[in-house]
Amino acid sequence: MPDQPIKKVIILGSAALKIGEAGEFDYSGSQAIKALKQEGIKTILVNPNIATIQTSDYLADQVYLLPVTPEFIEGVIEKERPDGILLSFGGQTALNCGMQLDKSGVLAKWGVKVLGTPVSVIQKTEDRQEFADALAEIGVFCPRSQAAHNLKEALKIADQIGYPIMIRLAFALGGLGSGVCWNEKDTKELAGNAFAYTSQILVEEYLKGWKEVEYEVVRDQYDNCITVCNMENFDPLGIHTGESIVIAPSQTLSNREYHMLREVAIKTVRHLGVIGECNIQYALNPDSEEYRVIEVNARLSRSSALASKATGYPLAFVAAKLALGYSLTELKNSITLSTIACFEPALDYCVVKIPRWDLKKFRMVSTKIGTSMKSVGEVMAIGKTFQEALQKALRMLDIGAMGLVTNKDELGKKSSHDKLITELREPTDERVFSIPYAFKAGMSLDEIYEHTRIDRWFLSKIANIVRVERLVEQYKGGNCPRQVLSEAKKVGFSDPQLAVLLGTSERQVRRQRVNYGIIPAVKQIDTLAGEYPAQTNYLYLTYNGDQDDIEFGGKESALVLGSGTYRIGSSVEFDWCCVNAVKTVKEVGYRSILINYNPETVSTDYDEVDRLYFDEIRLETVMDIYEKEKPKGIILNMGGQVANNLALPLMHWGARVLGTSPVMIDRAEDRHKFSSMLDELGVDQPEWEELTSMAAAKEFAAKVGYPVLVRPSYVLSGAAMGVAANDVAMESFLSKAANLNEDHPVVISKFMTNAKEIEFDAVADRGEVINFAISEHLENAGVHSGDATLVLPPQRTYLETTRRIKVIASKIAKALEITGPFNIQFLAKDNLVKVIECNLRASRSFPFVSKVTKQNLITLATRAILGEPTEKNLESFMELGHVGVKASHFSFTRLLGADPTLGVEMASTGEVGCIGDTFNEALLKAMLSVGFRIPIKTMLLSSGPEKNKVSLLETVAALTQMKVELYCTTGTWKFLKEHGIETKLAPWPDEEATETVLDLLERVPFDLVVNIPKSLQSQELTQGYQIRRRAVDLAMPLITNFQLAVRFLEAIHQHPDLKIKAWGEY
Amino acid sequence: MELILEDGSLYHGRPFGHKGSVAGEVIFNTGMMGYPETMSDPSYKGQILVFTYPLIGNYGIPDNQMIDGISKYFESDHIHLKGIVITSLTREYSHWNAVRSLEDWMIEHKVPGIEGVDCRAITKRLREKGTQLGKLIFEGQDLPFYDPSQENLVAQVSCKAPIEYGSGKKRVILVDNGCKNNIIRSLIARGVSVLRVPWNYDYTAEKYDGVFVSNGPGDPMKVDEGLAVLRKQMERPEPIFGICMGHQLLALAAGAQTYKLKFGHHSQNQPCVKVGTKRCYITSQNHNYAIDDQTLPPEFRPWFFNANDGSNEGIIHETKPWGSVQFHPEAWPGPVDTGFLFDQFVAQL
Repeated sequence: MPDQPIKKVIILGSAALKIGEAGEFDYSGSQAIKALKQEGIKTILVNPNIATIQTSDYLADQVYLLPVTPEFIEGVIEKERPDGILLSFGGQTALNCGMQLDKSGVLAKWGVKVLGTPVSVIQKTEDRQEFADALAEIGVFCPRSQAAHNLKEALKIADQIGYPIMIRLAFALGGLGSGVCWNEKDTKELAGNAFAYTSQILVEEYLKGWKEVEYEVVRDQYDNCITVCNMENFDPLGIHTGESIVIAPSQTLSNREYHMLREVAIKTVRHLGVIGECNIQYALNPDSEEYRVIEVNARLSRSSALASKATGYPLAFVAAKLALGYSLTELKNSITLSTIACFEPALDYCVVKIPRWDLKKFRMVSTKIGTSMKSVGEVMAIGKTFQEALQKALRMLDIGAMGLVTNKDELGKKSSHDKLITELREPTDERVFSIPYAFKAGMSLDEIYEHTRIDRWFLSKIANIVRVERLVEQYKGGNCPRQVLSEAKKVGFSDPQLAVLLGTSERQVRRQRVNYGIIPAVKQIDTLAGEYPAQTNYLYLTYNGDQDDIEFGGKESALVLGSGTYRIGSSVEFDWCCVNAVKTVKEVGYRSILINYNPETVSTDYDEVDRLYFDEIRLETVMDIYEKEKPKGIILNMGGQVANNLALPLMHWGARVLGTSPVMIDRAEDRHKFSSMLDELGVDQPEWEELTSMAAAKEFAAKVGYPVLVRPSYVLSGAAMGVAANDVAMESFLSKAANLNEDHPVVISKFMTNAKEIEFDAVADRGEVINFAISEHLENAGVHSGDATLVLPPQRTYLETTRRIKVIASKIAKALEITGPFNIQFLAKDNLVKVIECNLRASRSFPFVSKVTKQNLITLATRAILGEPTEKNLESFMELGHVGVKASHFSFTRLLGADPTLGVEMASTGEVGCIGDTFNEALLKAMLSVGFRIPIKTMLLSSGPEKNKVSLLETVAALTQMKVELYCTTGTWKFLKEHGIETKLAPWPDEEATETVLDLLERVPFDLVVNIPKSLQSQELTQGYQIRRRAVDLAMPLITNFQLAVRFLEAIHQHPDLKIKAWGEY
Repeated sequence: MELILEDGSLYHGRPFGHKGSVAGEVIFNTGMMGYPETMSDPSYKGQILVFTYPLIGNYGIPDNQMIDGISKYFESDHIHLKGIVITSLTREYSHWNAVRSLEDWMIEHKVPGIEGVDCRAITKRLREKGTQLGKLIFEGQDLPFYDPSQENLVAQVSCKAPIEYGSGKKRVILVDNGCKNNIIRSLIARGVSVLRVPWNYDYTAEKYDGVFVSNGPGDPMKVDEGLAVLRKQMERPEPIFGICMGHQLLALAAGAQTYKLKFGHHSQNQPCVKVGTKRCYITSQNHNYAIDDQTLPPEFRPWFFNANDGSNEGIIHETKPWGSVQFHPEAWPGPVDTGFLFDQFVAQL
C-alpha cells in the first residue's frame, strides 16, 4: 500500500500529436488517470490536445486545455495546489517541462512531489555523459562515446573513435537531429545543425549491422523488477526504432542472449533507481554475445504502448500505481483477475509493428529512413507466425498493399539491379517490399543479408512467402487445392491477394475457402499463454489454429469499426469518436465489439470494450468477424475514411450497416452522384468536371479560368491534390494524380480565391438535423481543413451566411436520409455559399466542437444510429460565452528538406484546441500550445504580395511601437520605409550583402519568422523556401499564412489575460 | 500424424524429427525461450511437451562444446522428452552459434515432433482436464498409452557412478535425480568442487561440506532409496539445499506430504514471493508435484510461495542450514533472479 497518502495529482499531457510523440500518450495518460481515480485521488490533467480521450469529461476531475509549458503549469499548480505530479505519461514534452519546473524550484515552492521515477534519475538517463558514467559504475557496456559541446570538440572525438560515427542529441525525442557520419564533412553538417537545438551532443561508435533489441522494464520501490516484454527490430541498428519494423517477442535470440540482456536491464534499472516503467534499448552483435546499451527512457514511451498492446500487460496503469507506492505483488493481473501483476507475460503468438509514413504528402522530403523519425503512425498485427503477422501489418498500413507480395504497380520493384541494391542498402519506407524482388531476381539469402543486415531468419521467412506465392500462382485460372489455399492463409495471404494470383475475384476466393472449411480462429490474448483463463476479450484472428477461444451468441451486439493507423489526415480524433461510440453502445445496453489495429490508441484498451478484435479493418476480416459474432449491425461512421470506405462493399456482401445507408454514403462520396443531387436541391457548388484527358482538362480550366483545384475522389486529406495556376502546373498534377489512383476518377474544379471556408459538423436522425456546430477557418480557402485554424463559434461569418448554411445542411440531411454524424465543408464569399464536400461520417473536428460546446455529438449520433430516442438542440453553439480555437501542429523540423508551407494537401501531424473568454485569448493559448512563443522580441517578416503588405501596415506599426526588433526582406523593408516605418533590412540570399537573411537566421534568435509564399504552389527551391526551411531547421516558430500571421500578431498586440481556467469552468 | 489424448481428443498435424510413434504424459510449457535447454532437461523424462510459443527452431541447435566436463549449451546429454508438439517449425535457422537444425538434433536423439496443430486449444484442454496421457502416432504405428509416473524415472536419468567436477576447496555432494547441468555450472562458478552421485548413493561416508539435492522427473514418492539416504544425512550437520524434486524430497524426508498438481507449473514466468516480504521473484519451473504446506513439521516453515496459486515454493528449517525451493534458481532456460540462493548455500559451507 502507498506509504504517504496523496490526495491530488497533476498529470502533464504531451500536447499535439507530432512525429515522435503521437497517440501513445493519450493511451498512457488515460491509463494513469484511471489508475489514480481507482484510489480516490483527485486528478488534474493539463493537455491542450482537445481530440484526446484523456481530456474527456469522465476521466480527469479537472482538465486544463492549456499549453504544457512551465509558465502555464505553474499557474495550474498555484490554483489547484496538487500534492503530487506525474511527469512520465506525457512523453518528452511532459518530461522536459517537468524537469524545468523542478530545476526552477517551482515544484519545491508549491510542495508538489514528483511521483514515480525521481527527477535526478530522469536527468541521469537524459544526459548522455552522466548516463554512460552511471552504467560504467556497474560494468554495463555502452557504445564508446563522448559528449561534445561544440563542433571542434565533436570533430576531435570523432577522430578518436574513428569513422563511421553516430551523432545523438541530448534531451531529444524520436532521435531528432541524430544521424550517421561517414566522414568529417558529414560531421560538420550534422553536428553544426544539432548545436542549433542543443548545447550537448554525443559522438559515438556506430555499430553497423548490429541487432537492435528493446526490453520494457517495470520496477517498484521494494526493488521488485521485471521485464514485461522484449522486442527485436527487423531492421538493424542505424534505423530508429520508431522507423523500424519491430517483432515481439524477439525471434533470433537464444536463451543465453535473452537472459543476458534481461539481467543487464534489471541491473541497470535498479542501479538508476527507476520507479515505474522504463525502456532499455540494446545493440547486440549478430556474431557473438557482445552488447551495448543504447539508451534508457525513464518514462512511458511509444515502445511501452506497443509492449502493452503486444502482451496485454497494462504498463501505464501499473506504472501509475507503482508511482503511488504500491508493490508489484499487490496489483492484480488485469486480464486473469486471479494472478498477480508481478510476472512476465508469456505470449503464444507474435506481433509485428510497422511504421506508417506519409512522405509523399510533402514536397522535397527525402524518403530514406534512418536514425531520426519521420513516420506519423504505426500498425500492429498479431499472428501465430511471423509471416502471418507481417502480411497483415503491411495491409493495415492502408497504403494499397495487399500483403508483402502480389501488389498493384509491383510495389517495391526497382527499375534496375543497381537501384534494387541501393534500396536494400539505403532503405526507404518501402524496402520491405523490395526484398521479395531481390529473391525473384535470383539473389541469395546471404547476399540480401550482406546488403540489408536483416537477420537471415526474417529473410528466410520472406523467401517462404515468395515460395507460397509461386505455389498458388500455379493454379491460376484453375482449381486451387485445399492444402495450398490453407498454407497460403497460414502465411498471411489475403483473399484479394489470392484472387490476383488465381485470376479470380475476392468473392470467389472467399467462397472457395469457406467451402474448404478454411476460416480463421478467434484467439485470446491472455498474458499467460493459456495457463490461466482470461476474463477479458482481447482477440485476434489466425489461420494457424482451428478452435475459437470464445463463444458467440448471447446478448445482442453492435460492431464499431476503428480508424486504423494514424496518418496525416486521420488521427486521435477518430479514436475519440470510436471510444465514445463504444461507450454509448454499452450504455444503451448492447455488447460492444470493436475492430482496430493501432497500438497507439485508447480504443484498443481491452477495458474500453466488451470484445476487442485487434485485427484488420478490411472487407474480408470484417466479414469474418461479422459472420462469427452476428451483431445487430456495423457502425462504420466513427473511424474516418478507412471504415467509411467499407460501407458499400459490406452492404453488398450482406452485412447490415447501421445508421445512414451505404447507398447514401456512396451518393455523398461519389462526386457525380453528389453533384447531381446538389443540382436537384438547388445548392451551389464550385464548377467542376471529371477529367478524362489532358486536352479536356485544359479546356475546362480555360472555361472557368485558373486557378483550378485538381483532385481524385474518395480520398482523405487531399492526397495528390493541388491547385494549378496554369497549364504547366496542371500537367504536373495530372501525371501525379493518375498514378495515385486508377480506380477512381480525377476531377478538377474552380478554385475560389479569398473565400472563407466553413465547417459544419452535425448529427441527424432519420434525415433531420438534431444538433450541429459551425466553425470558421481563420485562413482563407486554399488551406486544407486539417491544417486550418478553426474558430468556434464563428467570429467573422455573417449571420446570413450562417443561416444559409443551416438551410442547405437541412436539405442535404433530408435528401441523404442521414442518421448519424456528418460534416459539410462550405465556401463562403459575400454571403454566397457553396458546398465543397460532404462526409456522412464523423469528421476531424467532432471532438473539438463536442468539447467546446459541451454537447457530445458522438454520443448523440450513436444513439441515433442504434435507433434510441434522441433530443434535438439546435441553438447550443451560438450561445457560448467562450471561444474555442483549434490550431495545427506541424512536424516539418523532422521532415528534412520538406517545404513548410500550407496548401490544399494536408501537412499537419496533430492539433490542439484551447478555450478563452475571447477569441484572442483562445488563439494565443492555442498558438503557444503548438510551439509559438511570446513575447516577441525579434521577428523576421517577409510578407509576400503587395496587397498583403498594405493590410499589414497597421499591425506592423503596432509591433514597432511594442519595440519588436523587426527584420524585413527587401520588398517588405522598402514598402514599410516608404510608409514611414523603419525596420532592419534582411537581404535575400541572391542579393549582395555582407549578411543575407540566411546568415541572420543563424545569428539572430528570432522569436517568430513570417514568410508568406508568393504563389499558391511553389515547387522550386525558391529563396522563400530557403528561409522557411532554415527557420524550421533552426526550430524557430514559423508562420506562412497571411491571415494567421495577422490575427496572431493582433492578438499579441491586444495582450489578453491568458487565464488559468479549467474546461469545466467555461 | 496425430496427437491422441487419453480423453479421446485427436489433433492432426505434420510430423517432423524422428519417424516413430511415442506415448507418454502430455504437458504444456509456456516459456518463449530456450527450446534446446528445455528439451535437454532430464525432468521431462517420459513426457510429451506442448510448446505454447508458436515459433520453435528459430536459432537452431548449438554445438556440443564441453567446459570443465560439462556441456556448454545443453542441460544434459540427451533429449529426455518423448516428443514435442508445436505450431510452426523453423528449418532455416539463423544463429551464430548454431551448427544444426532442431529437426536434425531430434532425429539424432530419436524424438518425433508434430507441427501445425492448435497448441492453444490443446493447452486449454490440459488446463481444464489436467495433465493427460497421450501419444504421437504415425499412421499404422499405434501404441498403447504409457504412464511414466508409474515408474521410478529418477533411477533412469541419474548418473550411474560418482563424477567429480571443479577444484574448489569446499566440496558439495550433488545428488543427481536427473540433474540439470546448470546446477553444476552454478556451483563450480562459485568456487566449490562437486561430487555428483547417483540418486540412491550413500554419500555419508564421503568427505564433503554440504549436500545439494537436484531436480528430477516424476513422482517423489518413487525415490524411496534416495529418501532413505537423505534421512540419514539429516542426522548430520552439513547444509542441505534442494531444487524441485530435491525440494520435494527434503519435505518428504522431514515428514511432510506431496500432491500432484492439476497440470503442473511448466513455464519461465512463475512469480514467487518470499514469505513475510514484498519481494517477488520471477522463476523458471517444471514440476507436476508440490508439497503441502499444512503437513510441514513445526521445525520447518514456508520460505517462498507462488503468487498466482498460493502453492508452496520453498521451505526453510528454523535452526539448521536446510532449505529447498520448488523453482529453478539455476534457470536455463528462464530468468536468473534467484541465483542468489546458490550464493547463500555456498556461504553456509
